[in-house]
Amino acid sequence: MLLGRVIGTVVPAVLVDELTATPLLWVQPLDRDGKAEGEPLVCADGTRMAGPGQVIYWVASREAALALDPWFVPVDDAIVGLVDEVRNYPAADLNP
Amino acid sequence: MILGRVTGSVVSTIHHPVVAGRKLLLAERLDANGRPAGGYVIAMDGIGAGQGETVLILDEGNGARQILEDDSAPVRSIVVAIVDAINIG
Repeated sequence: MLLGRVIGTVVPAVLVDELTATPLLWVQPLDRDGKAEGEPLVCADGTRMAGPGQVIYWVASREAALALDPWFVPVDDAIVGLVDEVRNYPAADLNP
Repeated sequence: MILGRVTGSVVSTIHHPVVAGRKLLLAERLDANGRPAGGYVIAMDGIGAGQGETVLILDEGNGARQILEDDSAPVRSIVVAIVDAINIG
């Protein structure tokens, strides 16, 4: 799983039946310090709770298909949960 | 499996049911010499790893689902061992 920030929504006109009830969101992948890293991608939102600005964590490939309800649907990337807080341990604690 | 070091954790209230009651660890990837190799992964904690520990992370979905005993878990990375030492050669 990797961190990402929701930067927008996607409104499809025609969609496969399995995905009609699933929100599709633009997500900018983040590094572990919260800075943008790589190209934005479209994630299906398994939580149905994410919105623009929200920091989330997401999975790709087969795991993405399993994150949704109904499961095993044709998606590449899916949001598994919303991030309340990322705790990065202080360097002094990591290198005693 | 990949080598990593636990550098943080992720707090999440709203999540897929499989995350309930489990800890999500932020781990940086390490190379064979124990130095940061670039990149990170959010891995589920399977054994009680803590901050700064060098760990082995299973980074494959089917294996992770076997450990969780849940065929439909959307999880790929799971911490499966705490590393004491790495010997090369």
